[in-house]
Amino acid sequence: MRRLFDPIKLAALGFALLLLAAWQLLADAHLISPIFFPSPLRAFAVLQQRVADGSLWLPLAATSLRMTVGWLLASVIGIALGAAIGSSRLARNLLDPTLEFIRPLPASAVIPVAILFLGLSNKMSIAVIAFGAIWPVLLASVHGFSSVPLELTNVSQVLGFGRWDFLRKIAFPSALPDIVAGLRVSLAIALILTVVTEMQSSLPGLGWDIFSAQRFYRSADLYAGLIMLALLGFAANHLILLLEWRVLRWRDLRT
Amino acid sequence: MRRLLLGAIIPVSSLVAWETSSRTGLLTLESLSRPSDIVVAGYVALRDGSLLLATLQTCETALFGLAIATVIGIAVGTILGLVPTAERVAGPTVEALRPIPAIAFMPLALMMFGFGVGLEASVVAYACVWPILIVTIAAVRAIEGRLIEVAAVLELPLWKRMTKIVLPAAFERINIGLRVSAAISLVVAVTVEIVLNPRGLGYNLILAEQSLQIGLMWALLVWLCLLGYVLNLVLSHVGRGPTAIWRPL
Repeated sequence: MRRLFDPIKLAALGFALLLLAAWQLLADAHLISPIFFPSPLRAFAVLQQRVADGSLWLPLAATSLRMTVGWLLASVIGIALGAAIGSSRLARNLLDPTLEFIRPLPASAVIPVAILFLGLSNKMSIAVIAFGAIWPVLLASVHGFSSVPLELTNVSQVLGFGRWDFLRKIAFPSALPDIVAGLRVSLAIALILTVVTEMQSSLPGLGWDIFSAQRFYRSADLYAGLIMLALLGFAANHLILLLEWRVLRWRDLRT
Repeated sequence: MRRLLLGAIIPVSSLVAWETSSRTGLLTLESLSRPSDIVVAGYVALRDGSLLLATLQTCETALFGLAIATVIGIAVGTILGLVPTAERVAGPTVEALRPIPAIAFMPLALMMFGFGVGLEASVVAYACVWPILIVTIAAVRAIEGRLIEVAAVLELPLWKRMTKIVLPAAFERINIGLRVSAAISLVVAVTVEIVLNPRGLGYNLILAEQSLQIGLMWALLVWLCLLGYVLNLVLSHVGRGPTAIWRPL
């Protein structure tokens, strides 16, 4: 059991508070422009008020939902494609050059195309999120599925597994650590693209809240939105870490 | 050779199908344009210089932001790497700031700098600073203790200690962070242009879409693919060059 009052942890907390306090003092003394840097207390007051009147939950839910759906879509397609490319030479030769060419494209650059096809809609947002978030999980799956240990491949041959059984019972669990690592990176990208598409297409959500706060020069609202985004990113990341721990517990038990 | 042919099947056949189906009227979706129109639009944009100008604008801003991030990332990273206590104290603050998408700071940057290079470069810098910072901390920490001791024995002043011992020893690893950040810088620059900033490739792209110059839009998209591809190629080859100078160390 770790000590609750670890001096280093206290110092770390103190450092963060010190920065906030310095900011607060500078804002109170009008040394920095309150238009750009409202005092942190005002930002937290806005946050508190939005929690109290409930106007925070709808954008938060909309952003989380968009991010999750886009990410899930990217995960499913990424793992499926990764399994195909990682376990079949033919699929790799067919798909690799095309994917390698598309991959460096900034994900936000497909926004105009997605708008043309899907309009300024949730579908557009989700398509863009999925496009951008697919790469980490795809690359990780390819790596995971193509580096299944030889003994395991031999075992599946001895057992007379068909291709499907091999993928499902042997290759997938073996690739899982890679895949989960890819999923985590993908989720971070999904959050970024959620914010980008919300700003670009005026979809209700945290990204749009920040954008419109700027338009009306309500910088305290802007900071409140930033704080919420940071919390959302933090929470999402930790959810995946939790998932990783649950899913991959067998690996630690084995060694 | 066979691999090359196999790899060409999908792009070539889809391009041919796209062209023929739109020529024969099978495909009437206007948002798809035609491969031949896209080539023409790209050629025109290349000829009148607008494509190169936009590329230059995007690249210079991305580089500017990357340069800021490099200076801040290496400076702060070296300090935090050399003083473990400082790193543990500042660490949680860094971890709290890092996951905020750089793009979310765009409205703030707009208020501070207005439209233009400052807005874009500051957002790029925010996005790029984290990989450099984190890699620098790890790199400085991994320097052999004896090298630091040598510096202490030689009683080198701080500045020389940095330039002669710490940075050369850490450079190879810092380079990795720089390469990651260079790729990020282009992506973020284009994103800022698409959402907000009226200059560069991203703005041209969204403008082409909004004015329904579909051919030009696709041409810009292909151009961006090429740009990213070349950047990745350059980064994975040239990026390793300078470290060779210091390897004898």
